[in-house]
Amino acid sequence: MSQTLSASTLLAAALAPLVGAIVAGVFGTAFGGNRIGRRVCHSLTIAGVALSFVLSVSVLWDVVMHGARFNDTLYHWMQVGGLKMEIGFMVDGLTAMMMCVVTFVSLMVHLYTIGYMHDDAGYNRFFAYISLFTFSMLMLVMSNNLLQLFFGWEAVGLVSYLLIGFWFNKPTAIFANMKAFLVNRVGDFGFILGIGLIVAYTGTLNYTEVFALSGELAKQGLPGTDWMLITVICICLFIGAMGKSAQFPLHVWLPDSMEGPTPISALIHAATMVTAGIFMVARMSPLFELSDTALNFVLVIGAITALFMGFLGIIQNDIKRVVAYSTLSQLGYMTVALGASAYSVAVFHLMTHAFFKALLFLAAGSVIMGVHHNQDIRWMGGLRKYMPITWITALLGSLALIGTPLFSGFYSKDSIIEAVHFSTLPAAGFAHFAVLAGVFVTAFYSFRMYFLVFHGKERFDQNPDAHHGDHHGHGDHDAQPHESPWVVTVPLVLLAIPSVLIGYFTIGPLLFGDFFKDAIIVDAAAHPAMTQLAGIFHGPMAMVIHAFSTAPFWLALAGVVAAYYMYMVNPALPAAIKRGAMPLYTLLENKYYLDWFNENVLARATRGLGTALWKGGDQRLIDGLLVNGSWKMVGWVASIVRRLQSGFLYHYALSMILGVFVLMTYFVWRS
Amino acid sequence: MDVKAGLFYVFAALLLFAALRVVTARNPVHAALYLVWTFIQAAMIWLLLQAEFLAMVLVLVYVGAVMVLFLFVVMMLDIDFDAMRLGFRRHLPWAGLIGVVVTLQMAAVLMGGFRMTEPKAMAVLPLAGEASNTRDLGVLLYSEYVLPVQIAAVILLVAIVAAIALTLRERKDTKHIGADAQVRVKSRDRMRVVQMAATQPAQEPAPPPAEPAAGAPAAERKP
Amino acid sequence: MTLTLGHFLSLGAILFALSVIGIFLNRKNLIVLLMAIELMLLAVNMNFVAFSYYLGDMRGQIFVFFILTVAAAESAIGLAILVQLFRNKSSINVDELNSLKG
Repeated sequence: MSQTLSASTLLAAALAPLVGAIVAGVFGTAFGGNRIGRRVCHSLTIAGVALSFVLSVSVLWDVVMHGARFNDTLYHWMQVGGLKMEIGFMVDGLTAMMMCVVTFVSLMVHLYTIGYMHDDAGYNRFFAYISLFTFSMLMLVMSNNLLQLFFGWEAVGLVSYLLIGFWFNKPTAIFANMKAFLVNRVGDFGFILGIGLIVAYTGTLNYTEVFALSGELAKQGLPGTDWMLITVICICLFIGAMGKSAQFPLHVWLPDSMEGPTPISALIHAATMVTAGIFMVARMSPLFELSDTALNFVLVIGAITALFMGFLGIIQNDIKRVVAYSTLSQLGYMTVALGASAYSVAVFHLMTHAFFKALLFLAAGSVIMGVHHNQDIRWMGGLRKYMPITWITALLGSLALIGTPLFSGFYSKDSIIEAVHFSTLPAAGFAHFAVLAGVFVTAFYSFRMYFLVFHGKERFDQNPDAHHGDHHGHGDHDAQPHESPWVVTVPLVLLAIPSVLIGYFTIGPLLFGDFFKDAIIVDAAAHPAMTQLAGIFHGPMAMVIHAFSTAPFWLALAGVVAAYYMYMVNPALPAAIKRGAMPLYTLLENKYYLDWFNENVLARATRGLGTALWKGGDQRLIDGLLVNGSWKMVGWVASIVRRLQSGFLYHYALSMILGVFVLMTYFVWRS
Repeated sequence: MDVKAGLFYVFAALLLFAALRVVTARNPVHAALYLVWTFIQAAMIWLLLQAEFLAMVLVLVYVGAVMVLFLFVVMMLDIDFDAMRLGFRRHLPWAGLIGVVVTLQMAAVLMGGFRMTEPKAMAVLPLAGEASNTRDLGVLLYSEYVLPVQIAAVILLVAIVAAIALTLRERKDTKHIGADAQVRVKSRDRMRVVQMAATQPAQEPAPPPAEPAAGAPAAERKP
Repeated sequence: MTLTLGHFLSLGAILFALSVIGIFLNRKNLIVLLMAIELMLLAVNMNFVAFSYYLGDMRGQIFVFFILTVAAAESAIGLAILVQLFRNKSSINVDELNSLKG
């Protein structure tokens, strides 16, 4: 028996963070006169997000236990012709799960920020921004129509821009936030085209109505081309997802977004914003199922991202960049799962990844705090003695990431690999290879980072760029690393728990149960991956035992062993390999020259176009020819006509006579 | 050819000759006099057309007033005659051409259209007294055209005022005050109140310039 | 031959043409210009009177009346302007009057 959820609960869940954001943002900053202090600010915003989390959990409980659903319009904004623009919520299993993930990670990050941003002058502003982000993300996932989805989409992009450029006096931060916004814009352009096509051919923005008409959409072709309409729609929508979820080639903004403070890297660029694209494709599964071409495209892009971003993670020296490329690679995994029509597996991986990636980012932040804001892993080492909690939680997170059996990551990753294996699409072969190779790469770079940071010789006094004596209030702990305060370590622990446990308990209901049954639609006949996956699933424990006979486990183990060998046993080996494979290293170091291409070809061409239009079009054509030209023309004509005004009376009399003469001639001719 | 036609031809020829001499006379006084002759000839032609009143008015008003005015002005202005004849020959062909063309065109229209020979009889008004041109004019003027007469009067008034206003010269040495200027004066423009102390300390006299070289001989010479 | 209306009208036409020629020829003398204007008005008056006689309508002559009035007013003002011009420029040479040149 399914009941309807209460609209006010949902509204409260969405709006509580917004209220906190507004109060903190207006009254906590110079904008409103700095009326409230730090304590009030963070208490208010944390209270808002905590309330949201509690309400989300209760919603999830209702959805799971009582089968409750909600799909209604709360506010009719406007109507343009036949198109209705509304604010409404659609809450089913998918939404409820996303709500819980978003609010939980957000709550952890809020708590963490109290410690991490303790010395920062923009403390209140930061809390306002992350609460605002929580609100935007909730609006995105709870939406029941494309317009509200797009609103949430743009809003999270905006807050991401604000947060990446949080330290706005740093030029690199400003460069990074512009880059993020502009690359996202490219994706949004495709997204808007997709939404526009949907509106043009169905006349509605509401999910339920669009899905009801999806059968007819599938029969039409795009006028003037050979393409099926649904393929074009799905590819356009996916381009939006490529921008937001940082798929190749629109991934270039994510590594640069590490310019922002670590809490937001955890919140936005690991757990929530970047997963918006994955969420959107899963939500649009009724549409994507109708187009094999689009699914192939998704597979290929995801596979490229999964493998090639992993390669880049191997050579990074900044601890946050390693985790960033790891995020890119894992997003590629989620995309590959989407392409294999295993939407629920993708979303499942989204959830587990949110936990362990947020954990890894926050742990990295804790490490950064501990070694006094040095971020280079070459100058860390042996930190496990000084920061035990961070060490253990980071180890748990890394194990989850590489897919160690029993950990959450294992269940989600292996399910993806199996699903891709079962997919019958043409691109699935390449995708399968990519995700398998990616397992080795993932294990390698994760444990490279782990060993370099927490084990081995202590190298933090060898850092040539160390800054001494600034922003320190740590008393006589100056030279030595130290564990972070409880506001930092408690979130780490709280995130480590689901990273380990949640996979085991939720894989059954989520993937093979009824949890997503009305949210995700799969065409089982054409895309048999999920059914075949269900066929080989015999429970989480059986999956663990079976794992020892599959390739991913041994590949992961090989990666760990290789990392151990190269960074603990024989530290001179990496340098030797680098010397030997210099061209390859240069290629990786320049990130496949994509940034070079974007800056020197695309950006320069755009600026050149702008300059050409300005100088040629604006200055020469409009100003010179039309504006200046018109008065010059008038002046020229006037200088000729002026000669009629000779000032001589007899000339005027002559013209009068001539006029009379002409008139008379005319009348004489006529008669 | 009857008398009337003959008279007409004679008068017309003289008229045209006089008009020609108006425009080609060297001396403007001569031109004015020829213009007088033109008007008198025109008056004679109008007499042929039984427009006696107008003929007399032409002589009295035009010749008597307007031409006299012209002569006044010509006499008053000190004009150099000779310099004015330059360029006459140069412009003659063009002027002649245009004149001939205009004439021919007008003649074509007028001669072709109007071939009336017999004048229509004037409407005889049933009034007491003799019928005369003057009386007929008067009857119409004072009945139908009263308003235009008034307007004509206004035009004449305006002309008087305009002519005076244009040429009035004021004496520059009069001391009369314009009332409007006097009314518009403000005390601010004429007077400025300044506050000064009743007494002021006397200024130190400037010290005499020092003359070191000539000091001794000058001092000797002084007493 | 008998006089027709046409004779008088052509007389008026020739007078008019003469005055036009006069305007052209007299570049140097503004007074003769004004006289030429008077000639023009005379030509028109001639036409009116002729029409009045031949059509038997007094209104032609009444119009001449008014034309005479206006012509008198106009010549008065014209001469006043001429006098002022002469006072300012000491010359009535039309060729020198081009201050309003555009």
